[in-house]
Amino acid sequence: MFDYQFFIEVLIGGLLSGVMYSLVAIGFVLIYKASGVLNFAQGAMLLFAALTFVSLVERGASLPAALVATLATMIVLGLAIERTVLRPLVNQPPITLFMATLGLSYVIEGAAQLLWGTQVHGLDIGISDTFEVAGVLISRFDLFAAAVAGSLVAVFALFFRYTRTGLSFRAVADDQFAALAVGLRLPRVWAAVWTVAGIVALVGGLLWGARLGVQFSLSLVVLKALPVLVLGGFDSILGAIVGGLVVGAIEKLAEVYVGPSFGGGIETWVAYVAALALLLIRPSGLFGKKLVERV
Amino acid sequence: MAIPASSKSSCPSAETLWGAIVLMVAYGVVPFVGSDYLLDAVLTPFLALALAAVGLNVLTGYTGQVSLGSAAFLAVGAYAAYNLHLRIPSLPLLIDLVLAGGIAAAVGILFGLPSLRLRGFYLAVSTLTAQFFVQWALTKFGWFSNDNPSGVIDAPVLTIAGISFTNAAERYVFSLTIVVISTLLTLRLLRSQSGRNFIAVRDHEVAAKVIGVPLLRTKLLAFGISSFLIGVAGVLWAFAYLRTVEPAGFNLDRSFQILFIIIIIGGLGSLRGSFIGAAFIVVFPLLLSRVGAALLGSVFDSGILEMSQRIVIGALIIGFLIAEPRGLIALWDRTWSTLWSARRTAAPTCSLTQRSLQ
Repeated sequence: MFDYQFFIEVLIGGLLSGVMYSLVAIGFVLIYKASGVLNFAQGAMLLFAALTFVSLVERGASLPAALVATLATMIVLGLAIERTVLRPLVNQPPITLFMATLGLSYVIEGAAQLLWGTQVHGLDIGISDTFEVAGVLISRFDLFAAAVAGSLVAVFALFFRYTRTGLSFRAVADDQFAALAVGLRLPRVWAAVWTVAGIVALVGGLLWGARLGVQFSLSLVVLKALPVLVLGGFDSILGAIVGGLVVGAIEKLAEVYVGPSFGGGIETWVAYVAALALLLIRPSGLFGKKLVERV
Repeated sequence: MAIPASSKSSCPSAETLWGAIVLMVAYGVVPFVGSDYLLDAVLTPFLALALAAVGLNVLTGYTGQVSLGSAAFLAVGAYAAYNLHLRIPSLPLLIDLVLAGGIAAAVGILFGLPSLRLRGFYLAVSTLTAQFFVQWALTKFGWFSNDNPSGVIDAPVLTIAGISFTNAAERYVFSLTIVVISTLLTLRLLRSQSGRNFIAVRDHEVAAKVIGVPLLRTKLLAFGISSFLIGVAGVLWAFAYLRTVEPAGFNLDRSFQILFIIIIIGGLGSLRGSFIGAAFIVVFPLLLSRVGAALLGSVFDSGILEMSQRIVIGALIIGFLIAEPRGLIALWDRTWSTLWSARRTAAPTCSLTQRSLQ
């Protein structure tokens, strides 16, 4: 007899944890859309943000003060990265830029741990218990994370629709040369995007930190976000969200229903296989821009 | 991508001359004067990594398909050779080596299938599937490591035709021979029709298709050859260098390391660069940790030194890429050609100058 209630519980748990993946993936998409860089350092930025916040709190800063200070740090970091790493590498092939962000992730990881130490910090944001809806157990924390992700996306939607910076970002994402031709200053847009990515990293870092503890492995969240990106398409925020949900659900369902017959531990690769299977049908992901090539 | 075409040399004499000198030193001098430390901890891993870099270069540098899963194929090679040796003891080691490469090639072709539809980062991310799947399978299924609880395998004694390669110098010579033969064969392949097909696919896939390059066969051949070479490098890594390996040793960091060799230092599409890059990647961390320990070891503890090293390496990666996005080898070549052309303005047709200007 198939246990539907259990199935739904697993599915909802998966979807909600998928939201957490989306949070990381959105940071990637923003930067990729604006500058064509696959920013491998997003995970390191997540770690840096969470570690800075926790360490400030542990040193006696109040929560709002720590939050503002961390936010300021992330903005400075974003601007610094754009200025020192990305600008000298403008117009290089994508693989070169990718390698540069890989180097960047080493620097940020090293710096974060050099500054704040390597021990594991707990991060308690005061939401942890579960509640029941129609006999299905739901984690309140996951729900909170989903709400945060939802409002973040809503804020972005407004930002990109109604602000000058947001509109210029969309113009750049649409066509860099055309944007340049109408007088948009690309470096300024890129700086803005890296700043926003830093803020996303902060939100993601706090939520992930609350779940896993703030430690080095936080930067490995990147590897969870990559299949999400591939599934959704590298250049679609909607894709990052849907991709996150799909990956979260598949991962949890596979872990429960398929995993035991393989002896478990399949979550390291099952998302990749799922993404791969989808890519074979749609080579640019669910929502990615189709590539048109001319000879 | 603005990658220079492979140096299809019109001057084999200069190239052959330099190659012969290097080989003579490598065979005739190094094994006799090199200390065990130099041979074991520097030269043997250098050879294995150089071969892996040559393999990845065939795929990424010549055919333009980015792979982030090289370490998986190293692991496949190592574990395949181990199992062949264990389960069919009558097979000679050389056959094991070739078969292990073949198995790695088969796995590589399997994971290369998506390249027929995917481009760029979509393909790169999909190669991570190989990375995670292989590592998981080797840890999960005891059969691969003869039921060692943590998946560790121990290398057998290297024996070919009754000659055992046991000490550091002998293992070095063994590795050197395998690497030299493999590299020469690869060089030959790259200068054949298949090699030109690789470059055509890299430079413009659609155009290549239009002029009649069989995409399917070319891409799968590239994946196969590349994985074969990386698999053989894996055997050297496991059997000649470390002697005891576990699946965790073939993690994503190792894949990135090989990618660093060919992109940052060696330059895409340069076999010579693969060797120079591998040398750099082996020697540099050793130097860095020695210098760091000597200068600051008394002031800071090892944790801080390790973090600082990470920062230095990361910063250097970025710095190198900014200084010369086509790999440090390009910088080197430019410097050389300036020096040479300044000294010998009216050089005869066949000279080093001409070759390095290409």
